[in-house]
Amino acid sequence: MTGTVVTLTEPHPVRGASEGLPSAVAEAPAYTARAPRPVNTEPVAVRVALTAVALAFLGLFIGLPLVVVFVEAFKHGLGAYLDALVDPDALAAIRLTLLVALISVSANLVFGLVASWAIAKFDFAGKTFLITLIDLPFSVSPVVAGLVYVLLFGAQGLFGSWLQDWDIKIIFALPGIVLATIFVTFPFVARELIPLMQEQGTAEEEAAVSLGASGLSTFFRVTLPNVKWALLYGVLLCNARAMGEFGAVSVVSGHIRGLTNTMPLHIEILYNEYQFVASFAVASLLALLALVTLIAKTILEHRLAEEER
Amino acid sequence: MTASRLTLRHPSVIPGFGLTLGLTLTWLSLIVLLPLSALFIKTSEISFARFLTIVTSERTLHALQISFGLSLAAAAVNVVFGAIVVWVLVRYDFPLKRVVDALIDIPFALPTAVAGIALTALYAENGWIGSLLAPLGIQVSFTPLGILVALIFIGLPFVVRTVQPVLADLDAELEEAAASLGAVRSQTIWRVIVPSVWPALLTGFALAFARAVGEYGSVIFIAGNLPGISEIAPLLIVIRLEEFRYADATAIAVVMLLASFALLLVINRLQRWSELRGGKAS
Repeated sequence: MTGTVVTLTEPHPVRGASEGLPSAVAEAPAYTARAPRPVNTEPVAVRVALTAVALAFLGLFIGLPLVVVFVEAFKHGLGAYLDALVDPDALAAIRLTLLVALISVSANLVFGLVASWAIAKFDFAGKTFLITLIDLPFSVSPVVAGLVYVLLFGAQGLFGSWLQDWDIKIIFALPGIVLATIFVTFPFVARELIPLMQEQGTAEEEAAVSLGASGLSTFFRVTLPNVKWALLYGVLLCNARAMGEFGAVSVVSGHIRGLTNTMPLHIEILYNEYQFVASFAVASLLALLALVTLIAKTILEHRLAEEER
Repeated sequence: MTASRLTLRHPSVIPGFGLTLGLTLTWLSLIVLLPLSALFIKTSEISFARFLTIVTSERTLHALQISFGLSLAAAAVNVVFGAIVVWVLVRYDFPLKRVVDALIDIPFALPTAVAGIALTALYAENGWIGSLLAPLGIQVSFTPLGILVALIFIGLPFVVRTVQPVLADLDAELEEAAASLGAVRSQTIWRVIVPSVWPALLTGFALAFARAVGEYGSVIFIAGNLPGISEIAPLLIVIRLEEFRYADATAIAVVMLLASFALLLVINRLQRWSELRGGKAS
């Protein structure tokens, strides 16, 4: 069933973990001997060398960038670090980022549930194409994502003069930032739910409906509990991207300090003004968010694998 | 599975199809399809000759060349090292393996602006890595090499997370059979393992490439952004937009968007192929 979801997206560790584990457990007794494949491994020297190469590469490209954020942030001590965070512009940026994330994650949460219900519980023509369209924002450059909204709602845009007549501001204001963020995070929740709900099939929902449950209570009491971990997982990823989005937001925000600067944009401004410690201090909050997201993701993957066992 | 297949033919029992599909299509059109079509509508306002002049101008061509060329190089580096990382993660044991495995996703989760300033700090002449490379005469930050580093960073998880489940699902019996039939280890690797993971490796390559082509945030800090040397295409779009040269920005964006559509098609094909292969192997 998962075979129908073929699109340009971030690969799918949850599915791998949840599918790999139970089958491995189920197949284990089939092997007559439990001995680790002696014929099928490399000499110790090769193993050590390969492990060293892999760890060195990961340390260089993933470990060091993560560490340097915190080292630079605390370069001048805790005082300077905290000063950077309680700066009014920084606080305004944090507030705006939280607000934008709240709106866009909620929107994508509702959309994700609605879309996966339509796609996973019913059969209709063009389903694969619809899934491809939902995944489309993943393959669009963030800058292009921002640009299309400028072309639509900017002063020179298709609806530009109409918006001006009604005195509605979308570009260089909150609505533009929210729209661009919803665009870049569009597929996150839906693509976590669709494969899982397709795999679970429709038997439970049909049973509930035939026993007299309404559509809504079937959804809330049968479908939702079945997908809660995948849903949470999608929301987490969606939130991390929403709070961290830079390119698309940068194009539509107008960089007005204290008004339309999100945290990533604030980081850029501070950095370009050579306020490195302040810049890395704000960056460290987002790095922390990334780490928390990954820890939660690891726990959720565990849950998912255990539940399917 | 067969039970649910059978019941899928009677979808009318479950309510809400019209409502949910209607909402899905409306929301999809408003957020994604309408804005993207605005790009093509705006492009149609430019004459074709003008479009060609913009797209074939020296600065645009250089920017596209840099974006696509360095993205290819970064994806190639990621395939080589990503394959080694996957092999080590799937086949060997070492301390803190689960932590290392979880950290692979950092480039997904870390905002691109944060990655950008972190990499710049590392590779600047007085940075931890930059200061080691400077005596060798290698400058990374503010050169195309810096762009390459950023693109390797953001592309790595695409390769690892695409190949990892395929290698993990690979049946050990195949390797045992090869070995028991007299294959040397290197023969087993090249004739059993590589053909099985090859489609996944290619898919990972294409995904990393597609992501790198459009990348903006992590690149602009480390790139130096010199026109013709280290200026990527997404940055040129932003520059044209800030100069109010909307036609220029739109034309470059259309080229980028068409390239992503083409890549999307290629990736769809690759993933289908990869799944077929995976199905055969297990």
